[in-house]
Amino acid sequence: MAKELMKGNVAIAEAAVRAGLNAYFGYPITPQTELLEYLSSRMPELGRTFLQAESELGAINMVYGAACTGARVMSSSSSPGVSLMMEGVSYIAGTELPVVLVDVMRGGPGLGNIAPAQADYNQIVHGGGHGDYHPIVLAPANIQEAIDLTYGAFDLAEKYRSIVVILADGSLGQLMEPAELPEMKPAIMRTPDWATYGSEGRERRFLTSIDLDPSQQEKTNFRLEHRWQEIKANEVQYKEYYLDDAEYAVVGFGTSGRIALSAVRAARAKGIKIGLFRPVSLAPYPEKELYELSKQLKGLLVVEMNAGQMLEDVLNITRSQIPVEFYGRMGGILPMPEEIEAEIDRMVNDPTETDGHPRDRWLARFGKMN
Amino acid sequence: MENVTMEEQLVYDRPESMASVQTHYCPGCTHGVAHRLVAEVIDEMGIKDNMIGVASVGCSVFAYNYFDFDFVQAPHGRAPAMATGVKRVLPHRFVMTYQGDGDLASIGMGEIVAAAARGENITVIFLNNANYGMTGGQMAPTTLPGQKTSSSPGGRDVEVAGFPIRTAEMLATLDGAGYVVRRSLHDPKNIRMAKKSIRLAFETQKHGLGFSLVELLSTCPTNWGLTPVQALKWVEDAMIPYYPIGDYKVNPALKELKI
Ligand SMILES: Cc1ncc(C[n+]2csc(CCOP(=O)(O)OP(=O)(O)O)c2C)c(N)n1
Ligand code: SF4
Ligand SMILES: [Mg+2]
Repeated sequence: MAKELMKGNVAIAEAAVRAGLNAYFGYPITPQTELLEYLSSRMPELGRTFLQAESELGAINMVYGAACTGARVMSSSSSPGVSLMMEGVSYIAGTELPVVLVDVMRGGPGLGNIAPAQADYNQIVHGGGHGDYHPIVLAPANIQEAIDLTYGAFDLAEKYRSIVVILADGSLGQLMEPAELPEMKPAIMRTPDWATYGSEGRERRFLTSIDLDPSQQEKTNFRLEHRWQEIKANEVQYKEYYLDDAEYAVVGFGTSGRIALSAVRAARAKGIKIGLFRPVSLAPYPEKELYELSKQLKGLLVVEMNAGQMLEDVLNITRSQIPVEFYGRMGGILPMPEEIEAEIDRMVNDPTETDGHPRDRWLARFGKMN
Repeated sequence: MENVTMEEQLVYDRPESMASVQTHYCPGCTHGVAHRLVAEVIDEMGIKDNMIGVASVGCSVFAYNYFDFDFVQAPHGRAPAMATGVKRVLPHRFVMTYQGDGDLASIGMGEIVAAAARGENITVIFLNNANYGMTGGQMAPTTLPGQKTSSSPGGRDVEVAGFPIRTAEMLATLDGAGYVVRRSLHDPKNIRMAKKSIRLAFETQKHGLGFSLVELLSTCPTNWGLTPVQALKWVEDAMIPYYPIGDYKVNPALKELKI
């Protein structure tokens, strides 16, 4: 199939349609809105369900209900809307339902702004809703990857009866790039042995997340944890660039990873042996791979569009065995390649003391900006 | 001596749509009556295998254990949104929510209004017992002025806590509503009326006439601190004057229906 020039939000929407999306429920919020707008005509055109909900609370619970029936369902939103969805996300996890959710992150906290950010990392990767649960989280860095990840997300969700979050940011949502779309599937309505679609010809079923008996609830908790172990063993995704002979590396996901790649290339051109490690699955995180890589490194720079949320995971994984530095932009600002390049130079040529926390050092250097 | 032959005649049995289990409802609680009426109607319409129920959060959270058809269980107040999700992907199934007054008229007011306004083709069974039964009898939006509850110990002070919500009247103003009525479960006559309304609510859904809701005035003897009989009397004497029984919205097409 030929490549087409597509906007990120639209590309994600069309990829979901082609994956057999049966029903979409959402609520307008920038910078995600084109996704909803596109589906508002595309879904009915194909005889599939589109509904603009009264709120993100409504949307996530519509998704919850539709997922119970075995339908392929999705919602999308941006940071403040995703916060509002957290109750439903926890219930969906507790009921073990396959659901795909797209978060096109923007600046925060609060209403923040509509510019790109990555500050939902903690909320999405480490929970957000109550209780122990683990969504699968995939972070695309370009439009082709956004298409491919979205297309595969439904199978993944159904395989593990899990939530899959496509964690993008405003710049990816708004960006236009040529990309190739996958093959079209018809709307998918499964009848797995847990789904509630009317009990004709079988025993009736129910789906619930309540269990008043703590020992039974704990069994559910253990089942979810064991399933997560299985996901960790099988579903890790990451990309490596120039790492074979690297002495230094940058770690970044999504858009910040993509921008860091330009900085890495510029540093390589100057003769610095540096590469980029870009986790694609943020959950499960490529822990083993990053740890193995860290053994060959003299230093590592984490770049994010937040105040170092993934940084904590990187520190955990590398077990304080190598120097780690951090560079972040916040509030809806993208890090520029030159800024990252300057940080690479500092790490390589001027490795000052590495006591304390990388975030503290970053703050000491950049925190006086205003 | 005369020889009397005893012929066994079954006059009362469990509806097929009710599971053969004991409920956890308190003695004298009319949740059970409401369940039975719903089950009888579903049996009569022969739609049990085409049903998906949505349980809410409240004393009826375990409704899925008592009804013998497919069920899901919603977060507090969100049953109408969940039901919307089910109905939109399975438009030919019957979808019902079963909600209390705290669930529907407080935390879930947004979801119920939106569902009614959309004309969502679902049926809502709405139990109004003027308090939060499950959490121990706190004030609900439906608690009457002056009514004592565990969180309005001096009686509901409308200066502080505002006024009760007449849900049926309010939802009836929405164009998407096809059938919205209030009934009571305090005596046999009213219970029969309630059953007829539940039937009409499901008929509304069957004929695609939009959103249907039956508000049922219900007892909570446990938290009201009354005996079951006193509680029934309280519904009649205190609740009905504030919450009149009535048909607030009836799609004209329903009047022509022969059941
Ligand atoms: C988000 C959330 N807030 C609060 C609760 C606690 N809670 C459980 S049931 C309930 C009240 C239910 O009252 P009502 O809907 O009137 O049902 P009833 O028990 O009276 O039938 C509350 C507040 C909860 N489960 N979830
Ligand atoms: S607490 Fe009230 S509403 Fe709940 S089961 Fe008991 S009597 Fe019924
Ligand atoms: Mg109540």
